[in-house]
Amino acid sequence: MMKEGEVRIPSGCAICGIFSRDGSQICGDRIAHAIALMHNRSNGLGGGFAGYGIYPQYRDHYALHIFYDSLKSREETERFLDSHFDIINLSKIPVRQTDQITDPPLIWRYFVSPLVHKIQDSQLEENEYTARCMIRINNLIEGAYVFSCGKNMGVFKAVGYPEDVARFYRLEDYSGYAWTAHGRYPTNTPGWWGGAHPFALLDLSVVHNGEISSYDANRRAVEMYDYKCNLLTDTEVITYILDYLTRKEKLTLEECANVIAAPFWSTIALKDGQEAARLAYLRKMYSSFLITGPFSILVGFTGGMMALNDRLKLRSLVVGEKGRTVYFSSEEAAIRAVEPELDRIWAPAGGQPVIVTLDEGVRI
Amino acid sequence: MNLIPSRYRINLRKEECIQCRRCTRECSFHAIEFRGGLVFNHEKCVDCQRCVAMCPRDALYITKNENRFACHAVYSTEALKEIYRQSEAGGVLLSSMGSPGRTVPIYFDHLLLNASQVTNPSIDPLREPMETRTFIGRRPEHVERDEVGRLIDNLPPHLELQTPIMFSAMSYGAVSLNVQRALAMAAARTGTCFNCGEGGLHESLYQYAANTIVQVASGRFGVHETYLNSASAIEIKIGQGAKPGIGGHLTGAKIIGDVSKTRMVPEGIDAISPAPHHDIYSIEDLRQLVSSLKEATGYRKPVIVKVAAVHNIAPIASGIARSGADIITIDGFRGGTGAAPMRIRDNVGLPIELAIAAVDQRLRDEKIRDRVSVIASGGIRNSTDVVKAIALGADAVSVGTAALCALGCHLCASCHSGSCAWGIATQKPELVDRLDPEEGAERLCNLISAWTSEIKEIMGGMGINSIEALRGNRLALRAVGLNSRELAVLGVKYGGE
Repeated sequence: MMKEGEVRIPSGCAICGIFSRDGSQICGDRIAHAIALMHNRSNGLGGGFAGYGIYPQYRDHYALHIFYDSLKSREETERFLDSHFDIINLSKIPVRQTDQITDPPLIWRYFVSPLVHKIQDSQLEENEYTARCMIRINNLIEGAYVFSCGKNMGVFKAVGYPEDVARFYRLEDYSGYAWTAHGRYPTNTPGWWGGAHPFALLDLSVVHNGEISSYDANRRAVEMYDYKCNLLTDTEVITYILDYLTRKEKLTLEECANVIAAPFWSTIALKDGQEAARLAYLRKMYSSFLITGPFSILVGFTGGMMALNDRLKLRSLVVGEKGRTVYFSSEEAAIRAVEPELDRIWAPAGGQPVIVTLDEGVRI
Repeated sequence: MNLIPSRYRINLRKEECIQCRRCTRECSFHAIEFRGGLVFNHEKCVDCQRCVAMCPRDALYITKNENRFACHAVYSTEALKEIYRQSEAGGVLLSSMGSPGRTVPIYFDHLLLNASQVTNPSIDPLREPMETRTFIGRRPEHVERDEVGRLIDNLPPHLELQTPIMFSAMSYGAVSLNVQRALAMAAARTGTCFNCGEGGLHESLYQYAANTIVQVASGRFGVHETYLNSASAIEIKIGQGAKPGIGGHLTGAKIIGDVSKTRMVPEGIDAISPAPHHDIYSIEDLRQLVSSLKEATGYRKPVIVKVAAVHNIAPIASGIARSGADIITIDGFRGGTGAAPMRIRDNVGLPIELAIAAVDQRLRDEKIRDRVSVIASGGIRNSTDVVKAIALGADAVSVGTAALCALGCHLCASCHSGSCAWGIATQKPELVDRLDPEEGAERLCNLISAWTSEIKEIMGGMGINSIEALRGNRLALRAVGLNSRELAVLGVKYGGE
């Protein structure tokens, strides 16, 4: 059977997110509890989490989480890291033995900073340099897969149900100001750990429920801009599109939403002149990045989170608020499981992004 | 002695015939005459089906001449006839319309489309918006913002089409003015564009400027400032799929009256389009012509460069994309023509499917696919061909032959005779009158809206609700009956993969 990345595997899923605007700490077991309620939306072939603000002691260093198939791939990767980064700390990621999670790869964590002279030689800025190095490891080193590489954030994922993945990674030992979670229901997968979600590049992470019908149009478009889609999953291509639009094209997240879930022309025609012109411009300029078909996504980034549905809202997504904390979920029940009393709960319309950010002055 | 037997036989169901002699008046090739009774000159019949269509009693039918030459495996009957014709007249074999292709595969027929099941809902176009609006033109590399951070509209002018189907270039002279009128009216009503070809633009069509593409070809016929500004886009015609590398020749007999005036060619003088543009001997010359045309029209109109699909089409397209052109039209091997040397038509160039796939991939490899738009033409027969061409990588398509068929053409491939019985490829007033532009426009509108409905249905089935999400979406295609080299060039997987 072909490994993920050699064949395209669509999947349905559950997604969930918690964001604390005032920066108060949310323990990892809370998000695990919420996603566990949607057990039936996954099938045990992938679960994962992304936590933000979980490594304050290393906030200025890139936290790399890497899967290795073998000692050889680890040695090769570490040689590469040594020659491109200053490694501040390295260790295995602590895990708990459980019956539910089997055949784990070697899972390592590194806190690194790019070597200054290497950055100068490359004429790239720090983020681009790091992103390229990570893409290079994933493309060229057999058996090594970097699945998280942002600052003060980390992705934890495995083949299994999300609640088992949380136990495996001892998620209760981490806390941060934001979490996203994913339970996967792939229709056909050999069960590769790298194929689980969230999918992340630098501090941008995406969890996604849906199957996009525009996939190959989007993939072939984003691959023009030095990305390589190795996994052939929707989440991967959405992450790269968002990374391209925000980091390289400097679009705001709202503008990104107007591109990937662009309003219908008939909707644009109802807007006032300036807004209609802005929306039409974005649609024409980035027509290759329009995403069609069902999706609900949660995008985590440093200091914020965005929830977005496809423009027809073909996947469920609800948002709840309690005080300064915001909850996102495929199903309302998952929110109620961790916060029964909400100030407000609503289902955002298709194509309408919900963007939350940290309150001003909050240090993470 | 006649070495070449007739190709067709005209047959009469005598019991049905009422001797109305309508067929004798309709046959512009003099294949049916009345001399005391109906007389059939089978050798003059081109199988245009005009008599059949106009017979009030359905009394006529045309068949192939059953006579055949010795069954030789190498020299077919057709091959022998061609030798006889050339040994008789000593000339270049002429033909018209698109190449019948013979052994060249029609790749569209080997490609199958996808549909959503379970994991992804199909979308009902009767219930949900289904967008076929297409913008074609150039895109800048990056956005720009003003001092307060608002986006500046830095897009060069685009063509806005309500459906990704345009009408291909067909010149006044090659076709009648009534054909162009029908095309122009239909383009205006369906929100697309027609292309006036290289014969200039008749003044009565200036009113359709918003739906007109004007052509600048090697003969520069009818090109002047008003002409350039009476259009929404300008097309530089380098080549044509039916006859790559060959110029054009409109005989003096057709250069009469308004054709002469519109072309700005004296009456009765042959209008010769040279094979190359004599001011374009290389790609850097093309850049200058693109710039000149943009200067002449104040940078308000996109410039299209049309080339025939030839073996080196990918780098050629890449060169054009870097020449300042906004749009590239690739015209495939099966594209039609009013007249072409038959050997050229049937042996030079590439099928559009291979060309469009190669060009789209090359422009992506060079990271410039999003900078320009690509139009596919030459052998687009129906709505699924449109969908497949777009999934292979085209932004839009244009159709010539299908449009003419909507006006009555039966592909008899005798356009070069000038006696078109349907009033399409002729300048003879009595034949031209046979085509009512209003009725023609209606049939063209019907065709475009029927195809558009089918495209929406197909897109909905795939869960795609906007045409741009189909562009280059090759996973929407699977192939059957092709070899692995063909799959590689087309960039599609085999069925079941």
